[in-house]
Amino acid sequence: MFMNTRSNFDESLKELKSLQLKMADEAETAIKNAMLSLLNQDIELANKVINNDNIIDDLEYEIHEKALMLIAMQSPVAKDLRRLHVALRVSSEVERLGDIAVNIAKSVVHIGDEKHLKELIDIPRMMEMALEMLTEAITAFYAEDPALAKKCAEKDDQVDKMFGELVKELLTYIPQNPDFTNQIIQLAFVCRFIERIADHSTNIAENVVYLETGKRFNLNK
Amino acid sequence: MVTALKERTTMDVTAPSHHNDRLESILSVNNLQIFYGEKRAVNGISMEIEKNSVTALIGPSGCGKSTFLRSINRMNDLIPGSYAKGEIIYEGLNILAEDINVTALRKEIGMVFQKPNPFPKSIYENITHALKFAGIKKKSKLDEIVEESLRNAALWDEVKDRLHSSAYSLSGGQQQRLCIARTIAMKPNVILLDEPASALDPISNAKVEDLIVDLKKDYSIVIVTHNMQQASRISDKTAFFLNGDLIEYDRTEKIFTNPSVEKTEEYISGRFG
Repeated sequence: MFMNTRSNFDESLKELKSLQLKMADEAETAIKNAMLSLLNQDIELANKVINNDNIIDDLEYEIHEKALMLIAMQSPVAKDLRRLHVALRVSSEVERLGDIAVNIAKSVVHIGDEKHLKELIDIPRMMEMALEMLTEAITAFYAEDPALAKKCAEKDDQVDKMFGELVKELLTYIPQNPDFTNQIIQLAFVCRFIERIADHSTNIAENVVYLETGKRFNLNK
Repeated sequence: MVTALKERTTMDVTAPSHHNDRLESILSVNNLQIFYGEKRAVNGISMEIEKNSVTALIGPSGCGKSTFLRSINRMNDLIPGSYAKGEIIYEGLNILAEDINVTALRKEIGMVFQKPNPFPKSIYENITHALKFAGIKKKSKLDEIVEESLRNAALWDEVKDRLHSSAYSLSGGQQQRLCIARTIAMKPNVILLDEPASALDPISNAKVEDLIVDLKKDYSIVIVTHNMQQASRISDKTAFFLNGDLIEYDRTEKIFTNPSVEKTEEYISGRFG
């Protein structure tokens, strides 16, 4: 009955969303590479993750500029306004994810080529769960699917529990293996970084629910 | 005061008073239908208009919002073939009733139009014309009302030294504020504004918007506007009309952040209209 009168604005919103997905993709790749560098003690790959972080930072800057420009020029209201608000918030969450990849990569550099005290089994398991959450959060964001967003956030408790147990276990190794203190501390840091990936994924999921419903939910309880 | 509205009634109604609680209604609209001959322009709407607040009526052209606004002080009576069914209750009376004294009603429910329409008289006389007609003749009283009205319309400082110049010497924005001053000089309870700032430049527009927000402490204001940002800036409640129906009526904050009806969302975000 009515023609769409804001095709230019809609086109700009689409462009903004593709930029956000590109940024999320970069961050996801950075985290995966950081994890691979840890498992394979691949310093070169770790340095690549550290050096590539500016790509994610630049994308965040570009998204913020575009979103602010659209707020200023297009007078968005209701869901359009929430969409731009969410673009700003989610891009900041994703930028933090990029920083986490860098932090993991720096721990890899700190550990260097020192042989791992024991084979890493639980850390990759925890990472797998956090990455699953991240993928679900990004998919929910892409599809604007609040049900999937809530499902993603439900896993946060498991990651938190795993983090507590793993750090406790790691610290018990120090008295018997004082020479490996640096490595153990770095691995405890990595556990903390992975736990933060789950938190940021939950925050992205909360923004998906806000975008769709206009209501704030704390999914991180 | 209000008993004068009804020429053949003995109903005792307490005189209207200002400064009441926000949530109290000044007008209750019940199943209002308005017709232009065969055509129905408003399809049975019901809503409460709050006292001392700004109510914005929005919607695409032809949605019935201006027709509704004009019915509140019976301006539609001037259109041949136009008639209304239902009720608009003001101070306990249905103002659509045939025996309502329309002149008395328009003193209490004043109106400002889209284009400034000052009389071809001086600034001073624009304000005093209706007052004299209403029986106020004393110069000192007229002077007092002129100053008070112009101050309340945020125009006094700009015109105090040229009150006897032609109203046509004023800018468009000043003329519109003069029309508002002329309306409030009659001490109405309700002010109806039909796109009052659409013909004004941005600075004049901002002044009129500020004025409307200031006036709500003393008056209840209903405004028709095509400017979504204006509705969101100045109104407390917003009513969205479409094809003669009231689609959604809620706090302005709710309408512009998270409306309940999809059609409202599409309209306010400019997806049609």
